[in-house]
Amino acid sequence: MRDPDTDWVLPLSTFVLALSLSVVPLPGVVATFRPDWVPLAIIYWAIVAPERFGLLTAMWLGLAADTLTGSLLGQHALAMLVVGYLCLRFHLRIRIFPVWQMSMSVLFMLAIYEFVLFWIDGAVGRTVPYVERWAPVITGVLLWPLILGTLDRIRQDNKARV
Amino acid sequence: MNVPGGVDGGRTAVPLGLRFLLLTVFSLSLMLVDNRDDHLSRLRQIFSVAVYPIQITVSFPFKAWQVVSVSLSDRVSLLNENAELKSEQLKHEVRLQRMAALEAENIRLRVMLDSSPRVADRVLVAEILAVDLDPYRQRFSINRGLGDGVYVGQALLDANGIVGQIAGVDAFTSEVILISDADHAVPVSVNRNGLRTIAVGTGDSRRLSLPYLTNSADIESGDLLVSSGLGGVFPSGYPVGRVVEVRRQPGQLFAEVVAEPAAELNRDREVLLVWAAEDTKQSTRTTGLAEVEQ
Repeated sequence: MRDPDTDWVLPLSTFVLALSLSVVPLPGVVATFRPDWVPLAIIYWAIVAPERFGLLTAMWLGLAADTLTGSLLGQHALAMLVVGYLCLRFHLRIRIFPVWQMSMSVLFMLAIYEFVLFWIDGAVGRTVPYVERWAPVITGVLLWPLILGTLDRIRQDNKARV
Repeated sequence: MNVPGGVDGGRTAVPLGLRFLLLTVFSLSLMLVDNRDDHLSRLRQIFSVAVYPIQITVSFPFKAWQVVSVSLSDRVSLLNENAELKSEQLKHEVRLQRMAALEAENIRLRVMLDSSPRVADRVLVAEILAVDLDPYRQRFSINRGLGDGVYVGQALLDANGIVGQIAGVDAFTSEVILISDADHAVPVSVNRNGLRTIAVGTGDSRRLSLPYLTNSADIESGDLLVSSGLGGVFPSGYPVGRVVEVRRQPGQLFAEVVAEPAAELNRDREVLLVWAAEDTKQSTRTTGLAEVEQ
């Protein structure tokens, strides 16, 4: 079995899944509440394995998101960089937080992520509805314990099998 | 608490803050260039090839569902549909016969008037990829790209009317901006009396707005708007929408006119890409020259 500390399959599939989920077509109302899957993925991996995933990973994922959603090239990349930076800077602290406190940090980071996107949209003159912009932050935070639990479980199973 | 510098990858000794700054500057400059001009379209094409598998994977279940639902639909409903289609086709054929006569007459009249005959436009069917783009903008992507000769500014139609135009071309896909996008406008004319104006998108796929009509303009609810061909992007004479509401307020200079798009913007699966007939332009140019020489 692969060593989970150098395994590439799980992180890579998380990222691909996150990118796919962020463009899966959803009916109108549900689409408003689509969580920010890509930043959630980078938050997880930058916190548990900061020596392997960091700013460059965040930027590449952001550029992929830009291409997929047809937004300004670099818009999602910049927002992802900010999230990645915060994760790396504070990963030692965040890692020992209890789940609810961790969720608060995630709330904070997703809010900053949306704010950067919002700010760039405003700067280049694209207007977006106000309230809908913040819905993904809420759903993202509510999903965080689930994501954390699932990925931690898979990694532990992998480790046990080595 | 001090986080050691080369955390990311453990390969470099550059401090985290500095690396963050450099990458930030990089993405900011990317945005600046992308917002300004079209220089990054090649870079975008390269990225789009990389993410194309994701687009295909995401739209696969929807395609598979279509195939399954067709193969599972029962014989009776297929027969019914067949009968319906046959009667529909008969109707169209009858209209086409008249159309042929009219076209011949039109060409004859145009020859008499010494202007160039209109040539049929070349079209290609494109499928809409079931991929959501930014929910706040009226855009989607289609499965035709550079290889099919798609170009920026090309017009798209569906069975009922004008859908939009191409906003960006990648290797295998292209991005379409709908006529209902708030950043989009179509030159139109009222079919009843030839009144020319511009239909602007509202961001709502069931509404277009006509802001440049004065209170005294001759327009009423139910008028058909067709593309006027001015501006050179859309071929002339295709339906754009139908006026559903005209509000004239005595104190205002301009009337508030709302139209409903003719194309089914939020229900389409397939669209037609149109190549404006090159021959028309050519012959107009030559006749124009001839007139100058005379």
